[in-house]
Amino acid sequence: MRRLTRDRLTSFALITPSVVAIAVFVYGFIAFNGYSSLARWDSLLPDFTFVGLRNFQKLFTLARFQIDVRNMLTFIGLFIPACLAIGFVLAVLLDQRVKGEGLFRSIFLLPMAISAIVTGVVWRWLMSPGTAETGSYGINLLLEQIGAGFLKSGWYTDPQFGIKAVVIAAAWQMSGYTMAMYLAGLRGIPEELREAARIDGASELQIYRHVVLPLLRPITFSAAIILGQIALNIFALVVAMTGPGPGFSTDVPALFMFDTTFRGGNFAMGAAIATIMLLLVMGLVVPYLIHTFRSEVQV
Amino acid sequence: MSTKSLAFRVLTLLGVLALMLAACGPKPIEAPPATKAPTVTEAPAATEAPANEAQFENFTWWTAGGEAEGLNGMYEVFNALYPGVEIINAAIAGGGGTVAKPVLVTRLAGGDPPDAFQVHVGQEILMYSPEQYIQPLDDLYAEQGWDQIFPQDLLPLLQNNGHYWLVPVNIHRGNVLWYNKQIFEENGLTPPTTFDEFFAICETLQAKGITPYGFGNGGGWEDGFTFESFILGTLGPEGYKSLWAGATPWTDPGVTQALENYWKALGYANTDHAAISWDGAAQLIVEGKAAMFIHGDWTNGYFIAKAFDGFGWAAAPGSVGSFHVISDGFAMPKGIKNPVNAKSWMIVAGSKAGQEAFNPKKGSICARTDCDPNIYSDYLKWSAGDFASNALVPGSDIAGHPQWVTALKDIMVIFAQNGDVAAAQAAMQQACLDAGVCK
Repeated sequence: MRRLTRDRLTSFALITPSVVAIAVFVYGFIAFNGYSSLARWDSLLPDFTFVGLRNFQKLFTLARFQIDVRNMLTFIGLFIPACLAIGFVLAVLLDQRVKGEGLFRSIFLLPMAISAIVTGVVWRWLMSPGTAETGSYGINLLLEQIGAGFLKSGWYTDPQFGIKAVVIAAAWQMSGYTMAMYLAGLRGIPEELREAARIDGASELQIYRHVVLPLLRPITFSAAIILGQIALNIFALVVAMTGPGPGFSTDVPALFMFDTTFRGGNFAMGAAIATIMLLLVMGLVVPYLIHTFRSEVQV
Repeated sequence: MSTKSLAFRVLTLLGVLALMLAACGPKPIEAPPATKAPTVTEAPAATEAPANEAQFENFTWWTAGGEAEGLNGMYEVFNALYPGVEIINAAIAGGGGTVAKPVLVTRLAGGDPPDAFQVHVGQEILMYSPEQYIQPLDDLYAEQGWDQIFPQDLLPLLQNNGHYWLVPVNIHRGNVLWYNKQIFEENGLTPPTTFDEFFAICETLQAKGITPYGFGNGGGWEDGFTFESFILGTLGPEGYKSLWAGATPWTDPGVTQALENYWKALGYANTDHAAISWDGAAQLIVEGKAAMFIHGDWTNGYFIAKAFDGFGWAAAPGSVGSFHVISDGFAMPKGIKNPVNAKSWMIVAGSKAGQEAFNPKKGSICARTDCDPNIYSDYLKWSAGDFASNALVPGSDIAGHPQWVTALKDIMVIFAQNGDVAAAQAAMQQACLDAGVCK
C-alpha cells in the first residue's frame, strides 16, 4: 500500500510540471483571451472595462470579417478534400511495392518540411501572372509554352480566383503528410482480406471501394481533423504568398486578427476574432475527441 | 481514497494558480516613476555625452533608398555633436511601418521600449496610449522655441489630448499628380486641374492605346490613401476638413461623387493594379507604360532613385491650392535606457541642421519654416512654396483615430474590388459614427 502511494506521488511529481505549464500557458491564456474579448481594451494600455458582447456584435457587421469567413469556408471545403484525394492516390501508388519507394516517400513528404514562408514566396512567384506588357511569368508561361494558354489565370491577383490560389499551395505542402498517414493505414490492412475479396471475384476497383476505403475510415477522419485545424489557423502561408489580396479575396481571420491587434492596436477586437477562431477549431476537434473517447471505451 | 483526494487537491491548487497567473500576468506594465526620465533642465551641453549612456537606440521603418540616406544624414549631425554615443539603428523594413508597428507595440507593452521611435504626426500616437507610455514634450517645445518655428497651422495638428508627444521632422504632400512628360508632350497634353480634364485626358490616351492611369493597390493601403486625394479634389479643402470633423456626414453627395470618380479612374488603370503596389505603379511612369499617377510625394524619391527625370507634377485633380499634409516625427517612450541621449536626439530631429540633413535625401520638406530653400530639388522647391501659401489639410493619420482610418482603408479595399458606391458610403458613415466623430 505504502509503495503504491509512493509510486503515485512520483507520477504526480512527474506530470505536475507539464500540467502546470499547460494550465497556465494554454488554458490560462485562453481564459485571458476570452476575458479580453469582452473588454473595451482598444489601445496599447489594457482597459478591462466590461462591454459584454459588443466586440462580437461589431465584428459580425464588418464586411472584411464576413469575407474572411466566406474565404475560410471555401478554403476548408477545397483544401481538405484535395489533400485527402491527392494523399490517397499517392499512397496507393506507393503501396504497389514500387522500386525506390523510400525515395518517392521522402520526395512527397519533403514539402511539409519546408517553412510556410518559403512555400508562400515560391508560389507567389510561380503564380505571379505577368501583364500584357511584360509577358507571362511562372505557371502562366508554362501553360503558354505547352499550348494550354486558355488555362492562364490571374491567380491570386484575380479576386474571383483569390483564396483558391492559396489552396493550391497549401495542398501541395500538406498532401505528402496525408499520403504518409494513408500509407501507414494501407500497410495495416492484412493481405488476407484482399485475397478473400479476390476469391469472391471482386475487381481491384471494388476491393478499394468496399474493402480498403472502409478500413481506412479512421485515418481519413483523423487526417481531416488535422487538416481542418491547419486550415482554420492558416496564417504564415497567406502572409508570405498573397497578403489580404484585392478586395480581401485571400484574407483569412488569422490575418485580420493580426492586423486588428498589432497594426490597429484594438486588442479586444483581436481577442474576439481569436475567440471565434478557437470556437471554430473546437467545433471540429471536440466531436473528434468524443468519438475517439467513445471508441476507446468500447475497446 | 487518500490519493484521490490528494490528486483533487493538487488539481484544485493548479486551477487556482492558473487563474491567479492569468489574472496578474498580463497586468499593464506600471509606468516607470517620472523621476527616471531626465528633467528638462538636465539638457546636455552639445559635447558632453553622459558617461553612463554609451548608446542610443532609434526605432524606424526607414530602410530603403533616400529615406535611409536621410536618416543617416541626421545620424551624422547627431554623431558630430555627441561623438561618444553609439547609435543603434533598429530599423525594420516595410512601407508605412506595417511590419515595424507590431514590433513596436510588443516592445512598448513588454517594457522594453526603444529610446526613440518613428511615428506619423497625428492621432497615430493615440494607439500607443501616450499618457501611459510616452513622454510629453511640452517643455522641450518651449525650451527649443519650436512653437515659434513650426508653422502656426501645423501646431494644432501636432497636439493630442492637449500635449505635444512628438517632434515632426518632415512634411510630405499626399495630393500630387505625377505624369510622364514624354507621353504628355507627344500628345500635346497639359496636366489636368479638374477631374473633368483628368478624364478627358484619360479618354484621349486610351484611344491611342496608352494606359492613362498608373495604379497599384496590392499593398492594401493605397486605395484608402489615394481616395483622400479624390475627396479633397471633389469636396475642396473646407469640405474635406468638415468631413473629418464630422460636420459633413459621409453620406454627402460629394462623397458619392468622389467614389464615382475613383471607380471611373480605376477603369482607366493598368489591369494588373491588384498585383503591384505603389512602387510598381511609379515604375510604370518611369517606363512610359502609363501616363499619370496620383500619389504622395515619396514618389519623387522613387524617381530619383531610378535616375528618372522625365516626370512632371501638379496638384492632384481638383486640389490646386490645397496641401494634403503627411508628416513623420519622433517620440520618446517612458522608461527608456538612455533618456539623456534620447532627448538629445529629439533636439537634433527638431533642429535646423538635422532637418536640412534629412529632408533633401528623404524627398520631403522641413517641418521647420527656416530651412534654406537652396537645399531642395525643383520639386521640393515647388512643394515648399505651396506649403507656405496653400490651405493645409490633414492627411487621414492626422485627421482620424487609427482605428477609424483602418476601417476606412478596409472599406476602400472592398470598394476597389466591387465598385458598390452605396455600400461603401453607408459603411463609411457607420465607421464615422463608430469613431464617435459623426453624430
